[in-house]
Amino acid sequence: MTFDYAFALSTLPAFVRAVGVTLQVGLIAILSSLTVAVLNAAIATFKVPLLHRLVPLYVELARNTPLLIQLFFIYFALPALGVRISGFAAAVIAMTFMGGAYLTEILRAGIEAVPKAQIESGLSIGLSRWQLLRHVILPQAGILSLPALFANFVFLLKETTVVSAVAVPEILYTTKNYIALYYKTYEMLAVMTGLCVLLFLPLSLLLGLLERRLQHGQFGS
Amino acid sequence: MASSGLELLWVSAPQLLTGAGRTLGISALAILFSSIGGLLYGVLRSLGKRWLDVPLRVYLELFRAIPVLVWLYLFFFGLPIFFGVSLPAFWCAVLVLSLWGASEIGEVVRGALRSIPRGQREAGLAIGLDLGQLYGRVLLPQALKRLTPPVINVCTRLLKTSSLAVLIGVVDITKVGQQIIERTYESVLIYGFLFVFFFIVCYPLSAASRVLERRWNHA
Repeated sequence: MTFDYAFALSTLPAFVRAVGVTLQVGLIAILSSLTVAVLNAAIATFKVPLLHRLVPLYVELARNTPLLIQLFFIYFALPALGVRISGFAAAVIAMTFMGGAYLTEILRAGIEAVPKAQIESGLSIGLSRWQLLRHVILPQAGILSLPALFANFVFLLKETTVVSAVAVPEILYTTKNYIALYYKTYEMLAVMTGLCVLLFLPLSLLLGLLERRLQHGQFGS
Repeated sequence: MASSGLELLWVSAPQLLTGAGRTLGISALAILFSSIGGLLYGVLRSLGKRWLDVPLRVYLELFRAIPVLVWLYLFFFGLPIFFGVSLPAFWCAVLVLSLWGASEIGEVVRGALRSIPRGQREAGLAIGLDLGQLYGRVLLPQALKRLTPPVINVCTRLLKTSSLAVLIGVVDITKVGQQIIERTYESVLIYGFLFVFFFIVCYPLSAASRVLERRWNHA
């Protein structure tokens, strides 16, 4: 078995694009998940009627079902209901659905850890509820949940590999595609593994370091 | 619509059950092997032997950093060309999930063992227990409360992650669902059913983990 360097090299541009897609899906999913989580935190803090009862329901539903099934539902079942979307959009929506729930849980734990006196003092000096959330609760809860948030950012970035199942041309899909087209399994597995190690290992090691420092790390499950 | 949907599920029940059996089979085997492997990993790490720590850390970091789906492809496509062994997709999924789960459970066990006061180990050794007795009768029983909730969480994650097996060609519940959709175009019903299936399996576990965590660790 010889390694076809010329072939591996010729796929490089495609894999550079694939890394771009992975990062793009990952970053969009992280930002939108964070948005969902902050909104949910606001809903829970302000006890918005009806909605604040729906938040735990959403969190349980999203956390207790696999990303792949959520993704397939959005990509294959929604068209039957008249909503047709691209693989990329389905990927981002599914990852936001799942990631939003994980991050909501983390922010909730962070908010619960903010001392009650902070909230009472904030209210007693006349802050509005919005000011309270923005200037008192979220900054402190954010710091408290930072390690767990970071852990889940890395987790979400890794989960982007799952969206290869709906033909989003990220690293795994590109690998599979080349294997199917040219049977260069050896070369493509090597490139895939190399890229994953380059992309995820430093993040994962950094995360380990952060968790050991702060001892708050808690992986979503 | 609703009644015809239920009818379809009823008619397809034997097929769906076979698929569910395969999904749950992968998960159950992976949970079993992960627990054994994780226990071994945690105990070996707690011995504080450098020559054991280095390879175990490398194993842990690799399985943490590289996504499970990548490992699935590596084993499924890679084993035949690198080692000339081709594993059926089902066993490939069991193997990868076990290795991944063992790394996750292993870290939990290691952490739980580390949380036990040093004096316990020293006292055990001082009264002449061998290592087997020390771990089996003193250290692991004390670690059990601390490690059970997070280990249940890993089990839920294993159950959810077992859904990826369909992507290397296992005819699991998702694949069976897709076959039914190819015949009937009932994608909303089937994917809705899959959603409910996984929720029903995973929710009790994650709820149990939360209850135990609250009862044992905040008392």
